[in-house]
Amino acid sequence: MKRILIIGATSAIAAACARLWAKDGAEFFLVGRNTEKLEQVSNDLKVHGATAVSSYRLDATDIAAHSVMMKNCLTTLKQIDIALIAHGTLPDQKACENDVNLALQELSNNAISVIALLTLLGNQFEIQRHGSLAVISSVAGDRGRPSNYLYGTAKAAVSTFCEGLRARLFKVGVSVTTIKPGFVQTPMTKGLNLPPLLIAQPEKVALSIVKAVQNKTNTLYTPTFWALIMLIIKLLPNFIFKRINL
Amino acid sequence: MTSDLYSWGRYPKHAQTATPCSWRSELQGVLTSLRDTYEETLPYGNGRSYGDSCLATSDQVIQTRLMDRFIKADWQTGRIIVEAGVTLAQILDIAIPNGWFLPVTPGTQFVTVGGAIANDVHGKNHHRRGTFGNHVTRFGLLRSDKGALVCSSYENPKLYSATIGGLGLTGIITWGEINLISINSSAIDSTKVRFSNLKEFFLLSEELDHQHEYSVAWIDCLAKGSNVGRGVFIAGDHAPYGELTLTKKSKLNVPFAPFISPITPHTLKCFNNMYWHAQPAERTRKNVHYEPFFYPLDGILNWNRIYGSKGFQQFQCVIPDTHAEATVHELLSAIAKAGQGSFLAVLKRCGEMPSPGMLSFPMPGTSLALDFSQHAGLESGLFRRLDTIVAESGGRLYPAKDAHMSGEHFRSFYPAWEKVEALRDPALKSRFWKRVTS
Repeated sequence: MKRILIIGATSAIAAACARLWAKDGAEFFLVGRNTEKLEQVSNDLKVHGATAVSSYRLDATDIAAHSVMMKNCLTTLKQIDIALIAHGTLPDQKACENDVNLALQELSNNAISVIALLTLLGNQFEIQRHGSLAVISSVAGDRGRPSNYLYGTAKAAVSTFCEGLRARLFKVGVSVTTIKPGFVQTPMTKGLNLPPLLIAQPEKVALSIVKAVQNKTNTLYTPTFWALIMLIIKLLPNFIFKRINL
Repeated sequence: MTSDLYSWGRYPKHAQTATPCSWRSELQGVLTSLRDTYEETLPYGNGRSYGDSCLATSDQVIQTRLMDRFIKADWQTGRIIVEAGVTLAQILDIAIPNGWFLPVTPGTQFVTVGGAIANDVHGKNHHRRGTFGNHVTRFGLLRSDKGALVCSSYENPKLYSATIGGLGLTGIITWGEINLISINSSAIDSTKVRFSNLKEFFLLSEELDHQHEYSVAWIDCLAKGSNVGRGVFIAGDHAPYGELTLTKKSKLNVPFAPFISPITPHTLKCFNNMYWHAQPAERTRKNVHYEPFFYPLDGILNWNRIYGSKGFQQFQCVIPDTHAEATVHELLSAIAKAGQGSFLAVLKRCGEMPSPGMLSFPMPGTSLALDFSQHAGLESGLFRRLDTIVAESGGRLYPAKDAHMSGEHFRSFYPAWEKVEALRDPALKSRFWKRVTS
């Protein structure tokens, strides 16, 4: 039985991963902002086979509250076999260009809060010398594109942080998986004008995440064709890249 | 998100703009905002209604598919409570390993619970267990004018009856409580035999229906003369011994609608002929997995696209027992004469168990269902003849499948429509409802 901590547990991708882990009788410590939604996810996981589910209200940007959450989590789970960090927002790029405070707030939502949590979790996993960390970053972090470079900046910070943390924790047998989803049909992407052929369902993305965690994969592009798309985008020289609107 | 939604038949082609809702707590806000902007909207589940009953007058629908959490499951009693967007496939995935099965299932597992209630769907065991609504003890309903309600035979009983088979018009179904049936094995003990005409079908049905939980027949809709109504009778029961395993889910897909449909009267005739001759002439008993038994077409994702870009219409009627054999013969002869129809034509005897739903489709009698590729003249030609035959026999057509029935026919088939209209949520209206009530 796996003991699993999920931050941002009401996100569609996280909830879909949790359902898969629940089938194997996992025990969960779910963290999210909305208690009502946490309770609904928690009931769903119990029916899907979870051995036990606890939930905990936390706004991830409230950094001061992280350590109390961690204490609670460890009291409940005793040890963390898998930690999945899945919270995040999708910033309105245009609005961020005109409002410094909003831009910084979005950086806090998507990068600072994640780095703060990973710092605590990294130390815990180092003590445990056991476990898997999985962090939802994004393909958006691979290159600063004009349409969403604030989000890209935050995710690039997360990806780079994970890379360093992975190399540190590898020595004690702990894996860090950076997950880079493409477009996924979730409430976060609701209302965006995305090409239908590139949109993946959260269930499909979740399957690949659970597998990647199991295999201790370093970086996962999901669906996998995004690895190719991002390779091409990364290879575009700047004199071309800056002239197109991606 | 970005792709527009259509009905399963892809006809009539009115693109629906979806506002997805993932949380029950957010539904009220979505409903209010759509009502304030567009006046009318409609809940849309997984898009398996064939005609225009899932299309909103405003072409603005609330997509409830993502509201798909389990709320509670008691594996001692088989009673589950699920959100309305949960599909029957999701229920089977969890229920089967625990030794439970759906009490009633239609021919696809990809319908949502909300849709199954709103269309009061039935299946191969109608003769034993009635409709889906017969097994839904309670459900949650969200109305633009009354807020969140619980409906059952004793709480808001009128809305309970109006909502079962109520085509999503009486409020948005938010969750449902369903009583499952217990099974010992996920396999189906099936018996198959071909028959050469309609008379033989009725004799087989008379003999076998009451012995088996499930029964249905495939019909060669293009057979003529003395062969009219030939087909294959399939009966089955949950196998008493075996494992509780899920079918592995590798599926074919029809990625896009071909410009010209490969289904022509000629290809169809050859295919039907070959298929019928390939079936056993003697009764053959075999254990089969539940998925191919109940959901043969679910193995091909998006099979509806095979009819091409014009789409198709399904024709499903039920003919009361007193006239069944003669009337079905008349219907099949008319279809064979027109040389139209589809590979999948289904004949099924419905039973006597009344549904709690006011607009429920089944009645004691025989139901015939088959698809027709959409073309000009379908409605003014063949469908007009078929509708008249159905109406004269005292039978009726199925709103969930319909894109053509006249308002006059609908109102005579379903005299309770006025009661449902009186209980309709003023913010919800489908193109179907507008078409048949005005």
